[in-house]
Amino acid sequence: MPGPVLVFVEQRDGKFKRASYEALSEGRRLATALGVPLHAVTVGAGIADAAKEFAHYGADAIKVADHAKLQTYANAAWARVIAKQGAGASAILITASALGKDLAGHVAGMLGTSVAQDCTELHVEGGRILAKRPVYAGKAYATVAVKAGPLLATLRPNVFKAAAPDASRSVEVENLPIDAQDADFRAVVKEILASASKKIELTEAKVIVSGGRGMKGPENWGLITDLAAAFGGAHGASRAVVDAGWRPHEEQVGQTGKTVSPTLYVACGISGAIQHLAGMSSSKFIVAINKDPDAPIFKIANYGIVGDVFEILPVLTAEVKKLRE
Amino acid sequence: MNIVVCVKRVPDSSARIKVGADNRTIDPAGVEYVLNPYDEFAVEEALKIKEKAGAGEVTILALGGPESAETIRKGLAMGADKGIHLKEGTTGRDFIATAQAIAAELKGRPLDLLLFGNKAIDDDGTQVAAMVATLLGLPFVGVITKLELNGRTATAHRPVEGGVEVVEVALPASFSAQKGLNEPRFASLKGIMAAKKKPLEEKPAAAGEPRMELVKLDNPPARPAPRIVGTGKDAVPALMKLLREEAKVI
Ligand SMILES: Cc1cc2nc3c(=O)[nH]c(=O)nc-3n(C[C@H](O)[C@H](O)[C@H](O)COP(=O)(O)OP(=O)(O)OC[C@H]3O[C@@H](n4cnc5c(N)ncnc54)[C@H](O)[C@@H]3O)c2cc1C
Ligand SMILES: Nc1ncnc2c1ncn2[C@@H]1O[C@H](COP(=O)(O)O)[C@@H](O)[C@H]1O
Repeated sequence: MPGPVLVFVEQRDGKFKRASYEALSEGRRLATALGVPLHAVTVGAGIADAAKEFAHYGADAIKVADHAKLQTYANAAWARVIAKQGAGASAILITASALGKDLAGHVAGMLGTSVAQDCTELHVEGGRILAKRPVYAGKAYATVAVKAGPLLATLRPNVFKAAAPDASRSVEVENLPIDAQDADFRAVVKEILASASKKIELTEAKVIVSGGRGMKGPENWGLITDLAAAFGGAHGASRAVVDAGWRPHEEQVGQTGKTVSPTLYVACGISGAIQHLAGMSSSKFIVAINKDPDAPIFKIANYGIVGDVFEILPVLTAEVKKLRE
Repeated sequence: MNIVVCVKRVPDSSARIKVGADNRTIDPAGVEYVLNPYDEFAVEEALKIKEKAGAGEVTILALGGPESAETIRKGLAMGADKGIHLKEGTTGRDFIATAQAIAAELKGRPLDLLLFGNKAIDDDGTQVAAMVATLLGLPFVGVITKLELNGRTATAHRPVEGGVEVVEVALPASFSAQKGLNEPRFASLKGIMAAKKKPLEEKPAAAGEPRMELVKLDNPPARPAPRIVGTGKDAVPALMKLLREEAKVI
């Protein structure tokens, strides 16, 4: 009898991530295709009550490791919970967030298996789960499967569809004993230096507006952030901009930055170097604004405007604002 | 201070990747290989730590085919002291099997710091570092942008959503390097010459137990034909119409 599909639901400050509902919904679909139950597991402190709602997304069992010591992310301690719950599973699904990818590596080390990171597609074929994932930063796609044991996969946010919740379903929440050892807490978070603004995580944003060297300087970034805000999205940058110190590293999109696949990616004053394209070419719709009609970015843009960002962005932002108000 | 840095040989980030006729490997034509860019940050950090301490040894370790020796030499040319080349016999090694072979080599060695790149830019695995740390029972802090040593205590910065975690850990410990950690130095001509004489130990990589199997490799899905909507701000209304009616993103 094949084991359940186990989905790890990620929370931060007691709030579950939207992308985790995508993973739960995909887990439900897989579990149904395999004819096995769907189990949901989460780790944190003071979250057991809220976890009840996983049932609305199709969970047949809800397991919670709820303990003050687990309040903040401790890689080995969190991974131990998932490794134990997932050892006999058919599949273990985790969100491909920064936390999720780190966690998956630890779970894999504990279970002696590999991770299919950042999957964009999962399906069952002849009783086996096949996972599709970008490699070479999206310049190619690998389809992988496991020879034995659970398929451990992280799911790229924004790619899998979250199902509409069914509030009529309910399941008992099972509290898990804490097996973590002292050694699992050797790396201690002393403090968190908060960013000034609460930004939307790039990899999870539905709309991303990015600026390149064509923006001329950091003093012009208001044009980028205004448009991003008008869309309710996040903002990114090319490496040229990051290397020049105009923007922080965490905003870099590309092969050595973040790989993103939003519904809409707006590239402003970005030439479209292969390393930049690698990080964003799987976006659903790409808009490019560049004054050079031969810029490579136009080769992959669904919609291009040839022209000056300083002239176009204020007008575009005003139009988007008008529509969304 | 014994520092080991794990490095991988990968296609240059500017390489055009085309899937080969076998649908399993990439077409090697015109592809240049380099030291994985994230691993360069790890090498640089190791060298800086050694220089600051005024003592210690930096070892570069790579698992791979015969060409990986070149990648190790790059690290030696930057200033590392010696290399270990775990030679790959068969291909088809997955991430865990790679981690198992690296861990088997490092087990029992005197080690204070073990450094990795955050990910290898070929398979984008983002896991070997955490796996090796787990297999060796070392504490691990991933994706760091700052590392400071104070005696036997390391303090690392780890950017997370909405902020930066300041993480403290006692040595021995392992870390994976993210861009922003430092500016990797260029190997000087003198460094390149010196690297040729530095010890590079070669041994077969221990067998691992691969769990993941590559079913096939595909080129990315084709994008729809690009379209220029217009020129200058006059093109904005046409763009808005497309975003609303065709892309349906507003
Ligand atoms: C190992 C390695 C890794 C790399 N990783 C990444 C990565 O992860 N991400 C990344 O982005 N890059 C990466 N790069 C760098 C990449 O090769 C390019 O150098 C970089 O993407 C260029 O950034 P850009 O498009 O902002 O600048 P440029 O190439 O200088 O382009 C600026 C563009 O702005 C346009 N422009 C100028 N003025 C205006 C105006 N007023 N209005 C409209 N358009 C204007 C110009 O026509 C031009 O096309 C990497 C390089 C290497 C070697
Ligand atoms: N074959 C290898 N030899 C040595 N180190 C490796 C190898 N593969 C991965 N690594 C290390 O593990 C890091 C993460 O790789 P990956 O998990 O494959 O993305 C790399 O940046 C290297 O530091």
